[in-house]
Amino acid sequence: MKKSLFNKDIIFWGLFVVVFGSVPFLKQSDYHLMLANSILIWGMFAVAFNMLFGVTGMLSFGQALYYGLGAYSVGLVVKNYGPSLFLPAIGLGVVLAVITSILVGLLVIRLSGVYFTVLTLAFGQLAWQITFRWYHFTGGDDGIQGIMPSGVLENHTVYYYFTFVLVILAIWFLRRVANSPMGLVLRCIRQNPERVRFLGRRVRRNQLRIYVISSFFAALAGGLMTGVTNSIHPDMFYWTTSGEVILMAVLGGIGQFFGPFIGATVIIIIQDVVGARTEYWSLIIGLIMMVMVLGMPRGLVGEIRGLKARFAPGRMSRG
Amino acid sequence: MEPILELQNVTKSFGGLRVTSDVSLSVAQGSISAIIGPNGAGKTTIFNQITGYLKPDSGKIFFCGQDITELNTRDIVTLGMARAFQVTSFFPEETVLDNVRVACLSQKNKTRNLLKGVDDFKDATDQAHKILSSIGLEKEADRPAFELAHGDQKLLDIGIALALQPKLLLLDEPTSGMSPDERLLTRNLVKKLWKEFNLTLIFIEHDMDTVFGIAQTVRVLQMGRLLAEGSPEEIRNNPEVITAYLGEEVL
Amino acid sequence: MDISFIAMQFLSGLMMATLLFLVASGLTLIFGVGNVFNFAHGSFYMLGAYLAYQAVSVWHANFWLSVLVASVGAGIFGMLAEFLFLRRIYGRAEEGGFQILLTYSFILVIDDLVKLVWGTEYKSLPRPTGLTGTAEIFGLSIPSYNLAIIGIGLVIVVIAWLVLSRTRSGRIARAAALDREMLGSLGINVPLTMTVVFGIATAMGGFAGALAAPLRSVSPGAGIEVIIDSLIVVVIGGMGNFWGAWLGALILGEVNSFAVATFPEWASLFSYLVMVLTLIFKPEGIFASRKIRRI
Ligand SMILES: Nc1ncnc2c1ncn2[C@@H]1O[C@H](COP(=O)(O)OP(=O)(O)OP(=O)(O)O)[C@@H](O)[C@H]1O
Ligand SMILES: [Mg+2]
Repeated sequence: MKKSLFNKDIIFWGLFVVVFGSVPFLKQSDYHLMLANSILIWGMFAVAFNMLFGVTGMLSFGQALYYGLGAYSVGLVVKNYGPSLFLPAIGLGVVLAVITSILVGLLVIRLSGVYFTVLTLAFGQLAWQITFRWYHFTGGDDGIQGIMPSGVLENHTVYYYFTFVLVILAIWFLRRVANSPMGLVLRCIRQNPERVRFLGRRVRRNQLRIYVISSFFAALAGGLMTGVTNSIHPDMFYWTTSGEVILMAVLGGIGQFFGPFIGATVIIIIQDVVGARTEYWSLIIGLIMMVMVLGMPRGLVGEIRGLKARFAPGRMSRG
Repeated sequence: MEPILELQNVTKSFGGLRVTSDVSLSVAQGSISAIIGPNGAGKTTIFNQITGYLKPDSGKIFFCGQDITELNTRDIVTLGMARAFQVTSFFPEETVLDNVRVACLSQKNKTRNLLKGVDDFKDATDQAHKILSSIGLEKEADRPAFELAHGDQKLLDIGIALALQPKLLLLDEPTSGMSPDERLLTRNLVKKLWKEFNLTLIFIEHDMDTVFGIAQTVRVLQMGRLLAEGSPEEIRNNPEVITAYLGEEVL
Repeated sequence: MDISFIAMQFLSGLMMATLLFLVASGLTLIFGVGNVFNFAHGSFYMLGAYLAYQAVSVWHANFWLSVLVASVGAGIFGMLAEFLFLRRIYGRAEEGGFQILLTYSFILVIDDLVKLVWGTEYKSLPRPTGLTGTAEIFGLSIPSYNLAIIGIGLVIVVIAWLVLSRTRSGRIARAAALDREMLGSLGINVPLTMTVVFGIATAMGGFAGALAAPLRSVSPGAGIEVIIDSLIVVVIGGMGNFWGAWLGALILGEVNSFAVATFPEWASLFSYLVMVLTLIFKPEGIFASRKIRRI
């Protein structure tokens, strides 16, 4: 069993490094690089989100709060103090996200289930409202354009490999967490929180830990994304951003560690191909969500592995 | 020797209903004893209060000489108390091994570790295997727990509790929902575990063969009150207990 | 601050509270009776507003008739959504999460369907004839339509109180700690009840949307704003509790009304402030209905 887990990881990592490592050589335009970069960043965001939802059973509808915080930290610092502070600003964003997620987490984790979802949504929308209204500080609805990193990172290919390495480190870290004793406890919390208390563990403390970890990477994603799109906008805080990362996780498979990354890849590609041609994007993602929930609750990766398990001898374990 | 567990005038009501009524008892270290009583007598509620899941309205509970009345479940468990449940409670999607292993890791305080794999904790893994063989589930180790038969799930629940290396183990109807054969096996298993792990053990049970077969002391609850307490022989012959609960047929 | 200002704002808050209560009570009804969290509840409100617009502006119906059309229409859509989709996930492991995801997909789909049918421009309705003017009470001139809404709200609260306290179905609905299994064991046809309750709740949403249409214009996306307000209401009041929803709506309506008059720019933040305060001091809501936990 240990072996199959190992193999599965090797397949993902191999493909991952080969495909994303070779994009700068195969790309036909900078646009492709940007697309691949977005997939990397959103993939990391989705995997980190799924540590909350798929692993621990906490459906946060407010991860946009941290994504936006990461992005706005970079945007505002670069706008006010210049692009040389691009990297420290990413650091500032994640630090702010950690502090905010501890404070918000202490409030929202006291409630569970639907309440938790609703409250995370409300805090996300609160952040959106503030950003939207505080015009002279955040630029309000106009957002901020022209955010560039300085130095070597100005080069698109260099920036791409920079995020590539960070994303590898982030996903590697999250994989370790998922396989660690804490990861096991988190899975147990999803399945039977009461029993976890009777193991002598603090359920909320563990939930808070993973909430903070997940928010950390959401902010990292937001910060890194500014280097790709060179702009920020209050919509980064909006509930649809949280909804999108949820969709990625559900599409890929919330019971699979790497599923959300695949989900992010598929969604960003669909968005690129279809989104450009229609104004009914939310209809499309709504229908995808509906099909997944009703027909394929295990997600693409989960269903494929389910099929494989049916035809192959031996049992599959949950990733 | 001082008792490992002591209840002093514990009382608890739900709404107007007195579910625990002025219960005092003390449990000797190393003993095995049973709590019996009709459905709804308040047996599970007593366990819930001992384990800090519910707070008594009044009265005190001592464990190893320490007042635990106001402590929460987590702290009480850390002091060395564990419990298996009437409605079987485990982690359905995890493997049987991981169900027990998570308890071993918790007992060793290793669950804060983020970066080492579960498999890297050799001692916890070995201990989990040892417990699985004690409860006879070793060959199921790699199956997800939800696939087990009901009887085996009950045993797994007990295994999870055992993995916490408790001083005091509370079992809530360990044989409920089992076939007569399974019951006999479980009865012998419970007795074996009690000796093997040097436990103090209290169990709630409706199956009288189990109760009178392995308990040193039997306590009878009725409508939240402690009706009688004594050796199996005394309880069997107690006229009050017979009319209230046992009826004629067990005689 | 003079007394007439306070009275005006109070009445306007009361009107907001009435609308909030109408939406939030539907949300809390399905949650209380069926343990279903309808994230798309606000979208049915929006649907109601659009249906009323359609009836008045396109079919030239009388306003009150179009309110009826909106309620019935939203109710039918709600029953369809329950019957065709939601019931497929009842009883699934981790149902709660899937309910949210599925009803979230309703929001997205309904938003775009509304766009397809009615376009993206803001739509608004004239006030019904006879209620376009203002009424004088205690020397204050209040828009008579606002008073009518407050009146309708009072009537509905009284009816709801009668239903909840005097009828068997009301008592069942009020026992918010029920779950579907327990309903079944009472000899109730659970699937039918779920559909009907869902229909009633969404009809209440549509009703509120239609009533609000002459006051605030609607556009696609209104659903999410409304749902967040109703969520704050139920967080304040305690989820699944009918009277909690009423109190929550009253608090939120008044806070909003006074905030709009004093800090117009930041008014929308006050709702969140109330929510955060509730969370800090009474996280399970003011009228929490605790489920019985048994092990
Ligand atoms: N959390 C609770 N809230 C309200 N009432 C409760 C609660 N827990 C138990 N009760 C009630 O308290 C009484 C005693 O319940 P308890 O579960 O302790 O009985 P028991 O002796 O374990 O019965 P059984 O043999 O059926 O397991 C019952 O009437 C039950 O309905
Ligand atoms: Mg019991």
